[in-house]
Amino acid sequence: MTSTIIWTIVIITALGLLLALALYLVAQRFKVVEDPRIEEVEKVMPGANCGGCGFAGCHAFAEAAVKAPNLDNNFCPVGGNEVMKKVAAILGYEVKEKAPMVAVVRCNGTCENRPRIYEYDGARSCKTKVGVAPDTLCRFGCLGCGDCEAACQFGAIKVDPVLGIATVDETKCTACGACVKACPRGLIELRYKGPRGMRMFVACRNLTKGAEAKEACDASCIGCGICYKTCQHGAIQFLNNVAYIDYTKCKLCRECEAMCPRGAIHGVNFPKPLDKAAVKARVLERQKKAREAEAAAKAAEASAAKPVEKKED
Amino acid sequence: MARRTFSMGGIHPSDSKISRECKIEKLAVPPVVYISLSQHIGAPAKPVVAVGDKVKVGQVIGEPGGFMSAYIHSSVSGTVKSIKDTLDQGGKAQPTVEIAVEGDEWLESIDRSDALVADIPADGKAILEKIKLGGIVGLGGATFPTHVKLSPPPGKTCDMLIINGCECEPYITADDRTLRERGAEVVVGAALIKHVLGVAKATIAIEDNKPEAIQNIQKVLSELRGKDPEYAGIEVLPLMKKYPEGGEKQLIDAVMHRQVKSGGLPIDVGAVVQNVATALAVYEAVQKNKPLFENSITVSGECFPHQANVLVRVGTPLRFIIDQLGGVPENAAKIISGGPMMGKAISNLDGPTLKGTGSILFLTREQTKREPEGHCIRCGKCADACPMGLEPFLLYRLYKAGDAAALERNAAQDCIQCGCCLYTCPANLPLLDIISLARGQVMGILKARAVAAKAAAEAAKAKAEAEKAKTE
Repeated sequence: MTSTIIWTIVIITALGLLLALALYLVAQRFKVVEDPRIEEVEKVMPGANCGGCGFAGCHAFAEAAVKAPNLDNNFCPVGGNEVMKKVAAILGYEVKEKAPMVAVVRCNGTCENRPRIYEYDGARSCKTKVGVAPDTLCRFGCLGCGDCEAACQFGAIKVDPVLGIATVDETKCTACGACVKACPRGLIELRYKGPRGMRMFVACRNLTKGAEAKEACDASCIGCGICYKTCQHGAIQFLNNVAYIDYTKCKLCRECEAMCPRGAIHGVNFPKPLDKAAVKARVLERQKKAREAEAAAKAAEASAAKPVEKKED
Repeated sequence: MARRTFSMGGIHPSDSKISRECKIEKLAVPPVVYISLSQHIGAPAKPVVAVGDKVKVGQVIGEPGGFMSAYIHSSVSGTVKSIKDTLDQGGKAQPTVEIAVEGDEWLESIDRSDALVADIPADGKAILEKIKLGGIVGLGGATFPTHVKLSPPPGKTCDMLIINGCECEPYITADDRTLRERGAEVVVGAALIKHVLGVAKATIAIEDNKPEAIQNIQKVLSELRGKDPEYAGIEVLPLMKKYPEGGEKQLIDAVMHRQVKSGGLPIDVGAVVQNVATALAVYEAVQKNKPLFENSITVSGECFPHQANVLVRVGTPLRFIIDQLGGVPENAAKIISGGPMMGKAISNLDGPTLKGTGSILFLTREQTKREPEGHCIRCGKCADACPMGLEPFLLYRLYKAGDAAALERNAAQDCIQCGCCLYTCPANLPLLDIISLARGQVMGILKARAVAAKAAAEAAKAKAEAEKAKTE
């Protein structure tokens, strides 16, 4: 009886040692050498695995960052400049600071601005709703079924039940871009967050002509072009009956916002409310002076040109 | 003896055929019609009239825009006012010919008498050509061009023609009335299609909730059988009432006990299915030279007091039809084009009727309200109900998880969008909506793959030819 127990212990122990040795040898033989920096980089990453950087997750990003010759093409939008500085310190690279971005919903077709013409009672999915007739007169606006909300891992974008459109909580938004991909109407854009969060954008993507756009929504861009004429920085582009503010050029002067007859241009996080009347008066005065100067220049040109013509005769 | 039916799934909604005793009445011609150039599956027709042209009833106004397309005829006489994109019933812009009506002048070639022409022309090709020129499309709902369906690809033979008189959708009674009132014409139409296909057997399948229709067709058949050998192979088959029996694949299963495999066509199992209304249209086009420009529509619903089956000209604005019958009832919350199971909600009443419009339904809020979504409890009712043998709960989950490969493995592309799963789901999950999206996604993948395969084959062929040229 005792010997059986002893023998059992001996055999099991010997077998264990033997197999451990085999495992050790195999582990040594097929050892995967991974750059220790990958783990270090992964430790400083936010760990959201959101894919906003374009890689499958934080580990994939770390691998790519270690392999890459510099950090120009690798940027974690969630961690932002702080995390990238840490990554750069580990890898000994230099990092170009990027302006923080934020998701912006370019639609202001709230239930008040854009009345619903029928009640949609299909599945709560923008992808389904986009396939049926629009429940408002606007064919371009927010559908309000929350595909962006479902896509957001950070709880930063939500469909406001009162407004009926998606709204972004910029304190939570990490600019990973998941909502941009989720929106079947292409309304969400990543834009510069701006100094102290101040930024301008056109909250409309209605591509129809003025009359139709005006009928569709009380806050629609009708493509009148006033903002385009107002902007002194060349920041406003004009395509397919809708204005677009180039955030790399915008100087946040808010003149376009004051001049827009539809209230389609939004400025957010500015410390003072916009004095529309004063800015408008200033712009109109400037445009009047410019017109006068232009007329004067034309007249001068004409008077200068006339003697030349006479000489030729 | 128990009636035959299809083998898998199905549901038994209340059939609500409240308009079944309403005779098909001719509706007045509207002051203006909007005839869509895209009334069929496939390429839209090309307009062949110009603004200001005078047209007569039955005149061609649109030519096929491709192989899979159909002729479009004017349904009224008058002047072409415009040819532009107009919103259809669902609020989508479609190329449309607007015609202001002046009088009711028909083309002289159309035989307007009621006399039955029961002799079958000998030349099948000529019949097929007349079907094509008549602009006939499948009137069961899919509006598949009939001449394409009646030209089976080489190497495939047809064993049986099935005339679909199931009308399994609740409320709709237009086919029932057609079988009862114009049964002889339908039977002649069936014989014509049978002759084109060169098949020996044809079955007119009718659900057993239409006993008068079954009796009428049996009577008509016994009268016609002696007249022409073509009528000998036609039979009536009463089927058990079950939804979606009128689905093409379900009907083939019920009648022939053959199953169409995933991605296959009915002709693969030797079947061609045509709707009752299509058979009637074929009769009119071939024997009476009357192209397809009017169709029977059921206007029904518990809240609609003037239920009717009406014969309307294609392109009549829906509002005109409804106004003629007493206007939209106050408590109607949803108006549906087609049956309550598969029909589409109408968002634009100014939209015109199409060739394939089968019914206008008024439903109240209580009837259409969607209960709040619950959670799937894996009861499996949807899988029991699915007539295609799919697992809707699984497809729902897979779509939510974004697994396209698994969706394809689980045959999301086979969904016929009958809505049985949604009907049975105790948790009120939007199964049909989500599976329709999944189906679209998988179909897109399959299509892209087919295109890529074709391109690769062509590239390989070009390469081989280039090498051959080199060696020579």
